[in-house]
Amino acid sequence: MGRMPFSQVESLQEGLAREHYLADRGLSTAIFLAVSLDKPLLLEGEAGVGKTEVAKVLASLLDRELIRLQCYEGIDASQALYEWNYSKQLIAVRAMQDVTAEANVEDLFGPEYLVERPLLAAIRAGSKAVLLVDELDRADDEFEAFLLEVLSEFAVTIPEIGRVAAEEPPVVIVTSNRTRELHDALKRRCLYHWIDHPALDREIEIIRARAPEVPEALARDVASAVSRLRGFDIAKRPGVAETIDWANAVSFLGAEHLDEEIAAATLGTVLKDHDDQQLAVDRLGEVVDGRERP
Amino acid sequence: MVANVPDPGVLERLIGFGRDLRLRGLPVGTGRIVTFCRAAGALGLLERDDLYWAGRSSLISRPEDVEAFDEAFAAWFGTGFRIELPMPGSPPDVDTGEDEREVEGEGIDDRVIAREWHELEDDALTDGEASIRIVASAAEMLREKSFGDLTEEERLRVTHLIRKLAVQLPMQHTRRYRAAPSGARFDVRRTLRRSLRTQGEPFERAWRERGRRTRPLVLILDISGSMAPYSRALMQFAFAAMAAGRRVEVFCFGTRLTRVTRTLRTKDPDRALREIGHLVEDWEGGTRIGASLKELVDGWNQRASIRGSVAVICSDGLERGEPDLLREQMARLRRLVHRIVWVNPLKGSPHYEPLARGMAAALPSIDEFLPGHNLESLEELSRALAD
Repeated sequence: MGRMPFSQVESLQEGLAREHYLADRGLSTAIFLAVSLDKPLLLEGEAGVGKTEVAKVLASLLDRELIRLQCYEGIDASQALYEWNYSKQLIAVRAMQDVTAEANVEDLFGPEYLVERPLLAAIRAGSKAVLLVDELDRADDEFEAFLLEVLSEFAVTIPEIGRVAAEEPPVVIVTSNRTRELHDALKRRCLYHWIDHPALDREIEIIRARAPEVPEALARDVASAVSRLRGFDIAKRPGVAETIDWANAVSFLGAEHLDEEIAAATLGTVLKDHDDQQLAVDRLGEVVDGRERP
Repeated sequence: MVANVPDPGVLERLIGFGRDLRLRGLPVGTGRIVTFCRAAGALGLLERDDLYWAGRSSLISRPEDVEAFDEAFAAWFGTGFRIELPMPGSPPDVDTGEDEREVEGEGIDDRVIAREWHELEDDALTDGEASIRIVASAAEMLREKSFGDLTEEERLRVTHLIRKLAVQLPMQHTRRYRAAPSGARFDVRRTLRRSLRTQGEPFERAWRERGRRTRPLVLILDISGSMAPYSRALMQFAFAAMAAGRRVEVFCFGTRLTRVTRTLRTKDPDRALREIGHLVEDWEGGTRIGASLKELVDGWNQRASIRGSVAVICSDGLERGEPDLLREQMARLRRLVHRIVWVNPLKGSPHYEPLARGMAAALPSIDEFLPGHNLESLEELSRALAD
């Protein structure tokens, strides 16, 4: 447990707050355990609840390098682990043609021709890094299986170079928007936490922490309006990031309070679906002050 | 690694809790229980909140399981602020349901289904060739008989045949490139490799092209009154698709929508159907298609693979809700999925015309409109899906 500079969940929670990330007890406990037990932490939740942010904040809190692997459909080992620098190799092969020494060919697969991708970088950095595997649900199943292999060993064998292993594993944060169910084998290896939209008071605190120039009254107005919007029958519920954007936008326009006019003008920062916007415009009064209109 | 391992009495209680979760049907393996105990040790224990969150992050990994977890947690550790840990004692009474649930690996076991086929075929073989022919012609007759008119025995036969249907789903391109004899993209990596054999002269060129994989299939089944026999048949169809290793999502609706994918993902289809019967409250009630589709697009788009899928809706289109809502929701679904196939058993009748208000509202968004009232039409569906 020497890698965990915080002895208690509460002190970790305070540390996160100092980095302007307000985590509740459940999330703090999950992070605490992930770091203490050397387990990857799988975070799921709707888009915009701050899953990715956890890794960023944790890296800066633990004073480690953040290594990010953004997943997408079709990602494979050469984009995630390593690849050879082919152009450089080709040029080297050309240059070699004058020299007849056989040994030079070996050099073609030396470290200087290796392009390090996030997973290899994380393995090499070991306990000096926080590895963020972002939006794993976007990658294919096969990639998930591959990742599982890497996460269980923290070592890879590159045929031409040999085995690269981490002395101590990095902290690993895996996020998923749950567009598909991740495989159970992977889930079993991870600790799990579902991040929900924050409660009203918490969200106000978050706005205050993230956008200090927004006056408190306005922060309350915006957070309440967003929480009402989330209660509406809309397709894409706004996340915390949208709340902060909205508060920033309204504040930038110089308003001290949220009224219907300014809300309508800035609605695009918080709702990004045409049907949703239409619905919100129709019920704008209710969004702004919570009172239903006849 | 763990500074303070809980003492044996406490440990026993923690393990007991993990096992209890397993009895309640949650996928809690030994590995998870070990992690839970280590987590409890790492936290130094004692506060109820800590133990709760330690358990939630290590023992379960699905939001749906939280409720069952909370229930079990309250039963084991009470609701007080501090927990009385060092009391191994007997676990609280647990209602495990009428049958013992085993914790099995996820996914379908093809072998079980395969075994059933063999049994069916063996039956035919034991009585010599003649009976094969009888079975064959009986199967031919069964192919055309409407699901609604089947006797119990015929239903079982048809069920087997449906599960046998080779399920082919349409392909989509993946982003990943694969080595190919000829392709759209030059493969520098392999070309370079090969050039080493010819003194760095790239004589042999290599190519790559994009891989292909099947699109997910989403079945949306109407289980209200008259539709039940047809929906059950399609559910067997879903089994076949899952057994073929496809990405399949299954939803049932009557007045509201229920996702049954997980329940179907067992080795025993018949038991799964029984369980779905319990799960779905409005089995054979009324029909609100529009509202159910809305629930699907709003609630499940983020969580299940619906985008880019082939959606198959099985319903008679006799909508009790507003047709406008249905029209709207069909249009939304249309934007999300690759194709919509509507299976309407009424279409099996030669005199049928889609005049019902609901059906008329849905029609503009439908890519393919099929009957699906008998085995033959399901074969047609299977072919239509592959296009």
